[in-house]
Amino acid sequence: MTVTRTIYVPRDAAARALGADAVAAVLAGNPDVKLVRNGSRGMIWLEPLVEVQEGDGPRMAYGPATAADIPAILDGTSDKALGPTEDLPWMKRQTRLTFQRVGVIDPLCLRDYEAHGGLVGLRRALEMTGAEIVTEVTDSGLRGRGGAGFPTGIKWNTVAGAEATQKYIVCNADEGDSGTFADRMLMEGDPFTLIEGMIIAGLAVGATRGYVYLRSEYPDAIEVMQEAVEIARTSGLLGDVLGSGRAFDMEIRIGAGAYVCGEETSLLNSLEGKRGVVRAKPPLPALEGFLGKPTVVNNVISLATVPVILEKGAAYYRDFGLGRSRGTIPLQIAGNVRQGGLFETAFGLTLGEIVEDIAGGTATGRPVKAVQVGGPLGAYFPMSKFDTPFGYEEFDGQGGLIGHAGVVVFDETADMLGMARFAMEFCAVESCGKCTPCRIGAVRGVETIDRIGRGDAAAIPLLTDLCETMKDGSLCALGGFTPFPVMSALTHFPDDFAKAKEAAE
Amino acid sequence: MHSAQAPADLTAQVSAICAAHLGREGPMLPILHDVQHAFGHVPEAALPVIASALNVTTAEVHGVVSFYHDFRDAPAGRHVVKICRAEACQAMGANDLADAAKARLGVDWHGTTADGAVTLEPVYCLGLCACGPAALVDGVVVGRVDKARLDAILEEAGA
Repeated sequence: MTVTRTIYVPRDAAARALGADAVAAVLAGNPDVKLVRNGSRGMIWLEPLVEVQEGDGPRMAYGPATAADIPAILDGTSDKALGPTEDLPWMKRQTRLTFQRVGVIDPLCLRDYEAHGGLVGLRRALEMTGAEIVTEVTDSGLRGRGGAGFPTGIKWNTVAGAEATQKYIVCNADEGDSGTFADRMLMEGDPFTLIEGMIIAGLAVGATRGYVYLRSEYPDAIEVMQEAVEIARTSGLLGDVLGSGRAFDMEIRIGAGAYVCGEETSLLNSLEGKRGVVRAKPPLPALEGFLGKPTVVNNVISLATVPVILEKGAAYYRDFGLGRSRGTIPLQIAGNVRQGGLFETAFGLTLGEIVEDIAGGTATGRPVKAVQVGGPLGAYFPMSKFDTPFGYEEFDGQGGLIGHAGVVVFDETADMLGMARFAMEFCAVESCGKCTPCRIGAVRGVETIDRIGRGDAAAIPLLTDLCETMKDGSLCALGGFTPFPVMSALTHFPDDFAKAKEAAE
Repeated sequence: MHSAQAPADLTAQVSAICAAHLGREGPMLPILHDVQHAFGHVPEAALPVIASALNVTTAEVHGVVSFYHDFRDAPAGRHVVKICRAEACQAMGANDLADAAKARLGVDWHGTTADGAVTLEPVYCLGLCACGPAALVDGVVVGRVDKARLDAILEEAGA
């Protein structure tokens, strides 16, 4: 009797960007092994991470692997051996709820999905009323993982209470923030979780149609999601949901390279086929959203967390976390770090623990200078704020935000005046143009920072004043939050704004 | 503004693309993506055809096309190299990499080399933030792009 030998080589974009396809190509024709292209375990510094499993035995990790390593990996003599994947410190320290299957299963095998707890939440939801599902999600304490942190259950309740002939579930997969890739990894590694979450949302609020607005910069995620929706449709998950008589179907829509379309009202305009300009609120999308109908707009991670909440119960999820930040958060550790990747954990770790302990400091080995948390609209934190615990209110209290939980580390060579200028430049490039503080303010911001760079200290109060105007007067977070990186750079790293002046004198 | 007279075959092809999407809610972006896929850009002559199919003005279609970074009004070079400019890649040296690419190709962002081999574009995040600097070469992701890897990429692209 022969034991099946399974080799896992991730198809995740980060693994592919580091050569996973070449590794898989060596194994493709091998009759002695079963090749599975899984998602990534999230240890990006070890990608391509190859796993070998004999029968039902433990999965043994090797990485970072190249095609040339494969013969030694197959005969057990490779010096890239890391031991059982589940025993690696990075894995053992996590609480994987939303990402429980990512990297574990074949992303496009529905049977594999079910064998690992998939559809348990949906089957339970099908036995519940819409109101009971909304209560369960509300009680879990889940808040919008896109960045705003609005309680998901409350948003759902508004849509559930609205009277309309048609309601929609729209998934915001326009993950444009630098330093974030949780949405991408989830969609590439466990797409059925997102589909299941959207169906449950539909059952909860009475919506029968869903859209995933997925950015064009993610070709691999687009491919996996489109294929997963096809599979879900042909296997009866979408359409007449598991033969329950309840209808839900969905479609993947591709963005066109506009960062601002990650803002929910601009996303809805784009989905309708218009310029992606921001809409004034009210009306809330929950009441007048896609095509003027009541619409739930949720981030990928929010929706993909719903199945595990329904599977294990609201209390189970709520018991993790800190203060008003309940459950787990998939941290994305990026930039200049020794160990970067995705690390799902309960809220509450301090920024210092994340950067020094989990990420292991900088890749270059130089001291850390600044950490930008929450994407291009997030503040730059100096090391003196490393004791800030990871939570919505905790970061807000320190003049920052957690956003989509991206943590980008910079070493001492970073030029913070340059980073502040980039924040303004990015805002100018990506502004939708609807409101003046953002459209004009960002351009003036670049000019003002250039004045400071030339040694004109009188421009510093002007920059501060401009940031106040953008913060108070902008319609959405693009113009309103660009002052976070700019002002935090100016406040915490004043030397970088004074150097040019000294040089000029 | 003059409106270009659409050649018959372009009109037929764009009309067919429109027809395939008319049943959808919000068909504009799917149509524009398909048109760009078919022609390598969104030709000006296609705009009135799309406008007529969707019962909107040509100006409205132009407004949508011009809003999004992805849609081109002229074909790109034979290879498109996108280099990430976002913060996480900057933390790993993306600015120097971009400067090197510009110098070697003799173009700025959005420029195409004189021989039409390569178009260089900025991209703001590919989600490869833990293995930066990152690039997208003809739709294929590449991580940890250092000078040597950049040279190899551009060499292969014929620049």
